[in-house]
Amino acid sequence: MTRWLPRTYLTLVYLLLYAPIAVLVVFSFNDSRTGYEWGGLSWRWYESLFNNRAMVEAMWNSLWLALSAATISTLIGALTALALHRYRFRGKKALNGMLFVVMMSPEIVLAISLLALFLLVGLQLGYVSLLLAHVTFCLPFVVITVMARLSGFDERLPEAARDLGASDFTMTRTVLIPVIMPALLAGWLLGFTLSLDDVVVSTFVSGPSYEILPLRIYSMVRVGLKPEVNALGTLLLMFSMVMLIMSQWILTRSKQ
Amino acid sequence: MRSALQQPFKTAVLVLVWGWLLFLVFTPNLLVVGASVMTRDPGSFISLPITLDAYRQLLNPLYLDVFLHSLYMASMTTLVCLVIGYPFAWALSKVPRQRQVLLIFLLIVPFWTNSLVRTYALKLMLATNGLLNNALMSLGLIEEPLKLLYSEGAVIIGLVYLLLPFMILPLYSVFEDLREDLLRASHDLGAGHFATFVHVIVPLTLPGVLAGVMLVLLPAMGLFFVPDILGGSRNLLVGNVIKNQFLDARNWPFGAAASIVLTLTMAFLMFAHRLSKRRIGEEGA
Repeated sequence: MTRWLPRTYLTLVYLLLYAPIAVLVVFSFNDSRTGYEWGGLSWRWYESLFNNRAMVEAMWNSLWLALSAATISTLIGALTALALHRYRFRGKKALNGMLFVVMMSPEIVLAISLLALFLLVGLQLGYVSLLLAHVTFCLPFVVITVMARLSGFDERLPEAARDLGASDFTMTRTVLIPVIMPALLAGWLLGFTLSLDDVVVSTFVSGPSYEILPLRIYSMVRVGLKPEVNALGTLLLMFSMVMLIMSQWILTRSKQ
Repeated sequence: MRSALQQPFKTAVLVLVWGWLLFLVFTPNLLVVGASVMTRDPGSFISLPITLDAYRQLLNPLYLDVFLHSLYMASMTTLVCLVIGYPFAWALSKVPRQRQVLLIFLLIVPFWTNSLVRTYALKLMLATNGLLNNALMSLGLIEEPLKLLYSEGAVIIGLVYLLLPFMILPLYSVFEDLREDLLRASHDLGAGHFATFVHVIVPLTLPGVLAGVMLVLLPAMGLFFVPDILGGSRNLLVGNVIKNQFLDARNWPFGAAASIVLTLTMAFLMFAHRLSKRRIGEEGA
């Protein structure tokens, strides 16, 4: 009894976690309009999705936003992790603490504080405000990923480079960056998915000039069940899963 | 120590990072604190004089009800997550190492996917003529479809579904650190399973429980789209109130005050978590 009980329990919880996702995927290929009974296999919801111009535009907007937010947050996050790892400086604890607070505080708190800032400085809500917000909430995740990689790394390598006369910049470029490359890629992929999936922060800091996918879905699902949402949701879920599997694969492979 | 001029790289990095965090984290939070003690102004959002009206408004029975109801739903969510997650994390820590890696990966996959889409997927299942009701009816367990959607229960189910991994992961990490020899010692000293559980396992896993509570309780008060999709208009979260005040009602001081109450709750939970960890550190040494 002691062997099968925990196993059954684990299996059951996993089934519950994945059942709604499976249902969504299956129903996205459902020909029936009502969305509850099975009406045969069909691509029609995917077709109607791609024939909807506003939808396709929102898709491109979302991809572009995620791409730029992931890139900038990886850049800043990697530099932050390097600084935290290599340098002693005043306020290091405060810096760490601030990143921790960003990661822990409820998204809605971050969202309203950024909205207040953007309105105060008179920034028009749109691509730029979304980008600044997304980079901010992706940042701690990149820092953590890169720090984890740096902590398992031989300290004598950068010392050796320095002894051989390399400047800080040269040493970073030729020794540290190759070492943290897998973490950079993983961090970038995580940032990309975080940005692509965000609803809470985007609700507050986006404007009519730049419509993104999650918000479009949000306005669609509030009214009721729509078969197009099944197709769109399936695409988004699959996309995030592929990104995540890739990032984890890169990290595990680099450890070996 | 070399001077800043000799370390241009270090200086540049620190200026960039500090600049970003001061401008986009520190200042915005100060603004929210500031806004919470100002007076509501329909034109420019906030204006002088400084007042505590927003905090007083939080105690208005109408809003106090919403807050207490939200706190109740969040607490129920946390409790359900704990009841499901505690044995789950325990069982997970007993699985052979290699399979553990895969199982944990499967647990965090949903966390990285779109939570809005997953909430919607849950709606597909819970709807009156949705999958769950159809299945129960064809099994003959119920005669008429249950009205699952647009209820308190639906909101709690939705929140549990989204937040369960946040409860399991910290619990799993404390179960991983649980030393077998302590359990054996407890048995050798004559304690039964129950006594060992109460006096050894529960105190040692308490930091994990508190971390999990922290990671579930707060988001469970903020995820406004869950009631929007599953709960109808009567089961609101604090997050819905904040969103409403900022985006629709334009009462910034009140929205800001509500968000500060959330932040203070977070600070309190973090403090409790630290305290419990330190206590165990001392006893374990």
